Formats: sequence, structure tokens, C-alpha cells
Amino acid sequence: MNIDKNARYNVSHEWARKDGDAVVTGISDHAQHALGDIVYVELPAVGKALKKGETFGVVESVKAASDMYMPMSGTVTAVNDALSADPALVNREPYAGGWMIKYTPSNPAEWDQLLDPAAYEAQAAKE
Amino acid sequence: MPFIANSDADRAAMLAAIGVKSAEELFLDVPAAKRYPELGLPKGISELEVLREVDAMAAKNVAANACAWFMGAGAYNHFIPALVPALATRGEFLSAYTPYQPEVSQGTLQAIFEYQSMAAALFGVDTVNASHYDGATALAEAVLMAYNHAGGAKKRVMIPAALHPEYKEVLKTYFTAFDVSFEEWSGEPKAAAAEADASVACFVTAYPDFEGRVADLSGVADAVHAAGALFIVHTDPIMLGLLKSPGELGADLVTAEGQALGNAMNYGGPFLGMMGATQKFVRKMPGRIVGQAADHEGRRGFVLTLSAREQHIRREKAVSNICSNQGLVMLMATIYLEALGKQGLKAVAKLCWDKAHYAAEVLGKVPGFAVAPGTFFKEFVLKTPLPAEEIAAKLARRCVVAGLPLSRYYPARTHELLVCVTEMNTKAQIELLASSLAEVTR
Amino acid sequence: MNMVPESLAYELSRPGRVGVALPASDVPETAVPTGLLRDELALPELDELTVVRHFTRLSQKNFSIDTQYYPLGSCTMKYNPKANDRAALNPNWSNCHPLVGDEFSQGALELMWRLQEGLKATGGFAGVSLQPAAGAQGELAGVLMIHNYHVARGDKKRTKMLIPDSAHGTNPATCTMVGMEVATIPSDAQGGVDMDALKAALDDTVAGIMITNPSTLGLFERNIEEIAKLVHAAGGLVYGDGANMNAIAGVVRPVDLGVDVMHYNLHKTFSTPHGGGGPGVGMVGAAPILVDFLPGPIAVKKGEKYASAMPPKSIGRLKAFYGNFAVLIRAYTYLRMLGGDGLRRMAENAVINANYLKVLVEKAYKVKYPRRCMHEFVAMGDVAEGVRTLDIAKRLIDYGYHPPTIYFPLIVPEALMIEPTETESKETLDAFAEVMLKIAEEAKTRPELLREAPHNTPVGRLDEVAAARCPILCYRG
Repeated sequence: MNIDKNARYNVSHEWARKDGDAVVTGISDHAQHALGDIVYVELPAVGKALKKGETFGVVESVKAASDMYMPMSGTVTAVNDALSADPALVNREPYAGGWMIKYTPSNPAEWDQLLDPAAYEAQAAKE
Repeated sequence: MPFIANSDADRAAMLAAIGVKSAEELFLDVPAAKRYPELGLPKGISELEVLREVDAMAAKNVAANACAWFMGAGAYNHFIPALVPALATRGEFLSAYTPYQPEVSQGTLQAIFEYQSMAAALFGVDTVNASHYDGATALAEAVLMAYNHAGGAKKRVMIPAALHPEYKEVLKTYFTAFDVSFEEWSGEPKAAAAEADASVACFVTAYPDFEGRVADLSGVADAVHAAGALFIVHTDPIMLGLLKSPGELGADLVTAEGQALGNAMNYGGPFLGMMGATQKFVRKMPGRIVGQAADHEGRRGFVLTLSAREQHIRREKAVSNICSNQGLVMLMATIYLEALGKQGLKAVAKLCWDKAHYAAEVLGKVPGFAVAPGTFFKEFVLKTPLPAEEIAAKLARRCVVAGLPLSRYYPARTHELLVCVTEMNTKAQIELLASSLAEVTR
Repeated sequence: MNMVPESLAYELSRPGRVGVALPASDVPETAVPTGLLRDELALPELDELTVVRHFTRLSQKNFSIDTQYYPLGSCTMKYNPKANDRAALNPNWSNCHPLVGDEFSQGALELMWRLQEGLKATGGFAGVSLQPAAGAQGELAGVLMIHNYHVARGDKKRTKMLIPDSAHGTNPATCTMVGMEVATIPSDAQGGVDMDALKAALDDTVAGIMITNPSTLGLFERNIEEIAKLVHAAGGLVYGDGANMNAIAGVVRPVDLGVDVMHYNLHKTFSTPHGGGGPGVGMVGAAPILVDFLPGPIAVKKGEKYASAMPPKSIGRLKAFYGNFAVLIRAYTYLRMLGGDGLRRMAENAVINANYLKVLVEKAYKVKYPRRCMHEFVAMGDVAEGVRTLDIAKRLIDYGYHPPTIYFPLIVPEALMIEPTETESKETLDAFAEVMLKIAEEAKTRPELLREAPHNTPVGRLDEVAAARCPILCYRG
């Protein structure tokens, strides 16, 4: 499974990456592989404020649907519109073109609570 | 032993293969003290005997095929062409299961796709699901959709006072555990909609309403949307053969009772909950939905799709717990709509309109009777000089079922009768109704 | 099977055609206000013969019980007796209106009352409601009844429902509709409820437990009485999901085991037709503690007359009118033909058939829980590298069988749930088992036969991913 070395991770397979003052989030390669062909991604409205651990959206394949959880608290500043026409981007480029939301973190200290790439890799390997 | 092919010899061989001496040995996990209770049920009888018994019970009802029938109120006496039951009761449709294996269910799946297409055209919306239990539950789930759409933050639901009373009860049951207030509006829908504000999840209107009236819905959608609420229209699919669709009028969600489309009244069920939505709400609609697909050779087929919304995948996060649809009832509606088609459905609707309006004119002239004002489709309220229950009971004994006395639901409304006239009623029957009413109130 | 592609009705449509001749109007015309008229009505236009051929040809693309063996676990695909349909299609039933009044519908109320009494006897219930339109609605009724029971006691803390991890998805989905959260209880190594986990989960926030017995694994819950005692002691109630009643009807009464409220699927155990997905009936029965809360109206008997009434603390109405009455006629007819003696024989034969088939299938497939099963068992399709349960299911179609239930329950990987029912003969089971074994061989020697199956159906495997990404849900011309 691919790991983005510049990102940190949730146990629930979401990744977070710093982009200036903002944070970008999507789901990991491990997650997209487990889900199979993704058919739809439900994303929050821009401007929505969410807490760490809250559901920010749902990712659907033909036979499954999974909630996605905020790695950090923040207010959504952008969502990836490309995913409505091409949800398969998440399968092809989970860390790049398949990004999901961008947000301004309200509690930057939460970054340290996330798993670093090595820790996540070890965690995911157990599943 | 009816319906069991295996003989004692077959069973003996099977028990031997399993490695037990008797069937009882297979039930040892059942607590001994509770096994094989005396049920107190009579022994089984033959097909001949049970049909005689059930037919005898059937004969004890007053049914529409034996009377001049003018009762509607949510269950309608419409014409069912012979081809509808003939085709729908074919074993391949009747005894088929839910189409989870699409390769061997293309008959059922294509029929559902055709139903969805026609119902969407009728409603004027983008998508219709493969059906709900009945009109009342379809409406309840549409209101649930509106409530969930607002994340549970909007706790007021505006419903018409003139909604079928049993539908109002079903709404309350479905919202038992939710903190929602149902507020009844009356008068002109546009004026009522103007009262909606940001705390309203949805504005519901019935088109036609329980008393048969068809209101002018222009401007209602704008007012509802301005308040940030959803516009839900509950309608009559026969009427939509003639009158403007709710979709055209700006509805977000449309529901209807589809029994009138090729299904008998059957003492109230099974009926057909129709539910449709604009594109925006497709992934939030409960129930099965069929979509078009292709196989690796490019052949067109149909398949259950958007399943990720449903209970078997989302479990506690599903939009609804609904699992089945009203398959066979929906199939009959599909055959009916295709047999009647564009011209036929319009013709049925026009017959209902003309006959109901003729009846209103004739009945309005009977001394002591008056028709309630307002535009109507196939039902209207008739004001009576004597209690409507009394009149209806007298006429029923003469095989004329005059309509539904409104006191059945509204005890204070003792002198009002809800009269329904469809393409099944002849001029002679209408005149018989008029003369009978005159006789019993002389 | 009809292999020829069938056009859509819209594609067969020709302008000006109508498939039904209607009488001319015998009354004067009344103009419709032009502002109300619709301009367009996009429905197809077909002649009667085209409609008849269209649907006849479509029916020939279906598998059905009347044509194929359908070992779908948990669905109870037994033969639907034609007598049921003949009883229901009597025009004196089909032309009955629900609001004509008790005096003029004595026959209908009598049939409902008799069916209520019969179903009460099978379960040991104090009362029964025939109104729920499906199993899921029966569940909604039961959970609402438990919810209202606690609220009536003044106890608003009980907002949690315990549900085993093997449960059908409708169970947790129902709880959400009643504003309850779900606490999932794991299954133990023998496939029963993990008793330690259950004990740990019981507290005064628990409204009750939803339990399927026999379970979705086809096993009788050995600890059912202990489970009921524990839940009751903690102040909760027991909801029984009766989807698998076919295994125990006439053998044991759920109320005797501690169940407080239960639904039956009349379209499973009581042979009413599946109709391509419905309509069903999810009758709900209650022990004395919950009988007043049943949904209504229900039929009651007063002297020699029948009437309808709402139970005193009813949760209310679940749908308009009485329920799926035409389906009730069928269930009643079936119950009368079976009688009390027939019910027990039905269950015994269903369980014998399942155990026999299990012995045969076990030769090539691992059965997850090898002990005696009830009316169904769960096998696993992982018989060869690179072959999945899905592939085995599709290959069965080539041999003329509808596949068993696949990938359910969720707790068994590569699950194949097989339920023969009592109406299948020994030779059908022998032939099916032989094919299952053959496919297991093919999985090892010629797996491409499975992966490319089915080969002789009107369409092959459909691209469901594309269908879900860009849904086409209507004909667009």
C-alpha cells in the first residue's frame, strides 16, 4: 500500500497534509483499495465547522458505504468538485487528485495526535 | 401432507444420511420443556374445503361489483383491464424473488425501470423509486427525508388540514421518536406557504385534497423555497393524466397512492406508495431503485442500484429500514400505464372529471342537497339535509353506496358526504343515486 | 429463458395507439380550466397485443419458484400454492372497500380475526396485528412498542437497543427510525450470542434486545431462555425477528421462550407470493406485557359479530386502512390447509431437508458452524484460489439454479446461505448438491468458467460500478 510521507493519518484511514495554514484531507490508499470501485463521494458544504472525529462525508462503492471522519477540527474552505463527475479519482490518486476537503484547523495541536506515516503503515498492516 | 413431496421412505433415507433416527433429534437445541406445545389449532383441511370456507366469507361483504359505487376516500373503484391481472399473475412474475441476481431477473428489473420512467413523467420529476408500501407511508418517508435534509434542525412540518385523516395518523406514528410538530394549514396554499419560515422543514400539500378539491398551486413553491423549506406534493396518479404535474409546479418531492393504476381495492391493501424526487434528492430517497447498465458485451440490462443508501449496507445509518417494495402491485400499475398509455390515461381522467361534474350538477339539484364550492377532480363534498350516516346506511341496503359520511373521521361534520365518481359509474347510476337520495330524505 | 433483447415500452411506442378501449362518455362534457391542464404527458402508446407480448417475453427472462429451485437462505422460497391465489382473486374480495363500514364488511373482518387467532396460537401471543406491510414494518412496530412501553412507565433513559452482529440490516436501521442507538453484541465461536458480552452490555439504558431465532446463521439460539431472563432482569424487553419461523413453527412458541414481541414474514413462512419484491406482510404478535401497544386497527369479535378496534395504548397506525388484505387471504388459506399438525410437519421437513443438504454440500464446502442446523446453513465459497462466492453463485445459474444468498450474514466471509425449504423433493436436493460439488471441482481446474459465468442468460454480469457512478434511472428518449 502506498503511503504519503508528507501526511499524517487517522486510525480510520483518513490522511491530513499541511498546505500553508490550511489542511487537506482524503482517504488513504489502503482505504480506497478496501472499498473497491468508488461510485460516489458525499462532501460537506463549504463553511461547515466540524470537530475532530466528526463525520465530514461518506464514500460509497457498489456494495459498501463508509463514513469519513475529521482528523482535526476546522472549518471547511474548499471541497474537491472534480469528484462528483469522476469519483474514481479517489481510487487512482488517493493522495493527489482524489483529495476531498480543505479546511482551516481550529486547534493546530491536534496534528500531533495523528499517526505519522510509519505508525500508520504498521497499523494498517495489522488489518 | 400438502406441498411436501418427500415420502416417508425419502425421509428415512435422509435421516440416515444425516445420522439421526428421527426428526425429533434435530430439535434437541429447543428447550425440552417448551418443545411441541399443543397449539390448539384445527387439523388441516383440503383445498376444496378451504375455498368453500373462504368464498363464503367473501360473500358476506358489500362489494363494488354488486352496487352502484360512489365511495373513494383513498381507495378507488377504477377499471382494471383484463390483461393486467392476466399478465401480472404469470408464475414467472408472481413467484419470482427480489431481483438481487440481475442476470436472472431482467423481467422484473426492466418492468421496474419502465415503471420508474412512466411515474417520473407523470409526476414531472427526475426520479421515482420502485415503490413504497402505500401513499401514507410514502408521504411519511418523504417528510422524514425533508427532516433529515435539514439535519433535524427544523422541527416544524406544515401539513394540509384537508389531508386524509389516516395519513395524518401514519405521519404521527412515523415521527413518534422525533421532536417535530405537525401544523395544519387551511385556505389557499399560497397564503399558507407564505407563513413558512426557517424553522419549517417542509410544506406539504395534497393535490387533490381529501375533500376532492384541486387548488391553484402557482407561487407556492417559490414561497416555500424562500423560507428554506422543501415543497412536498401528495397527488392522484389518475388526475395527472389530465392536470399539470407537481414537478411543473415546483415540487421537490412527490408522493401518491397508486392503487388506482390497475389494482383492486382489496379491502385496503396491498396498495402502492409512489415516491419521486428531483435530481438533488436522488441519493437520499429510500427504497429500491433500478438503473440501466451494460454487460461486457455491451448488452443493455437493468440492475438494482444506489444500494449504498439501503439498510442492508448502511444498517443503522440507512435513510430508512425499508427492504421490500410492493413488487407485484407496482407491476400491475406498469402494465396498466402501458396499456392505457398517453391517450388512454387522459381519457380515463377526462371521464372521471366529466362524470363527477355531471353528478355534482344533478345531486346539487336534489332538494336539501348542495355541493361544497371549489374546483374538484373526481370527488366532492355533498351537504345533506339529514345526517349523512343515516342516508348512507339506507342507500347501502338498496345496493347504492353513496359515499363516505365525513362524520366517520370528523364527528361534528354530520351532514356531509364525500362522493366519488369515476369512469366506472354510468349516467343511469348517477341518476339512481340522485333519485335514491331524494326518496330517503323526502 | 428468453435470450432475445426486449425493447423498452417507450421504444415499442407508436403515436396514436391505445391498448384499452374505453366506453364513450354518457354524460355532457365539462370544460377543464385551461390553467390546470397539462401540456405534455410522456407515456408510451402501445396496442394491446404489443403489451401482452412485451410482458410475456419479459416474464420469460425471470427465474421464479414456479420454474427453478431457489435455495435463498433466510427468504424461505417455498412453493406458493395456487389455491391461495384462487381464494384471493374472488371478485367479492377484490371489490371490497375498506371504509364501507363494519356492518357491510363482516366477511373481511371475520377472515382477519380468524387469521389473527391462528397466528396467535402459533406464537403463544396474547394479541396480533396484521397491519404491517412488510417484515421491516413489523420491526418498526415492535421497536415502537418497546419504546412507547418504556415512555409510558416514565422511563426515558432507555434509548439503546442490543443487536447481535449477525442481524439483518433492517434491525439497526429500524432502531434509527425510532431514535434509538444500537449496541452490537458479538457472536461466540459456536455462532450464538456471546453471553459475556451481553451481560457487560446490560444496564438501565437498554430498552431491549432484537434477536433472530433461529439466527441468521441457521442455528437455534441455545441460550435463548437465559438471554430473555437477563434482559428482563435488566428491565429490557425482547424483540423476536421471526424471519426464520419456518424452522420452528409448530415446534416451539416464541413467547414460551421469553419473547415479548415478534414479527413474522407471512411472505416467507406462510407461502404468500414474493411477487418480484413484494407485497409482503409483517404480522406483529405480542406477549401480555405489550399487547395493548399493538398497531391498529385490528379485528375483534363481539358476540357473533366482528368489528375493528384500536388497542388501548396502540403505537398508532402504520399505514392507511387495515393492511395488505389480499395477502392475508392467502396466508389464511395456507394456514387452514396446513392446520396445527401441518405446521409442525412443515418445520420438520424444512429442517430435515437443510440438514440432509448440508451433509452433501459439506463434502466440498466448509460449513461455518458444523453442528446441527435448523432450516438453513451457511457454507463458505472459498474453495479455490482466485474464486469467490460471487463466482460460484453465477456459475450455479448456468446449471439452472437461482444462487443461494451470498455475503450475508456479514460475520461469515464468502458466505453462501442455503435454505432448501420443505417443498423441495429429495431428488432436487441431490441434483443441486451434485452441481455444487461439480462447481467446486471446476473452481480448481477451470476457474475461468466461474469467473465468466453466467454464460446463457439474456445479459452477463452487469457493470454495476458504472451504473452507480452515472445513474440512468429513467428512459430519456
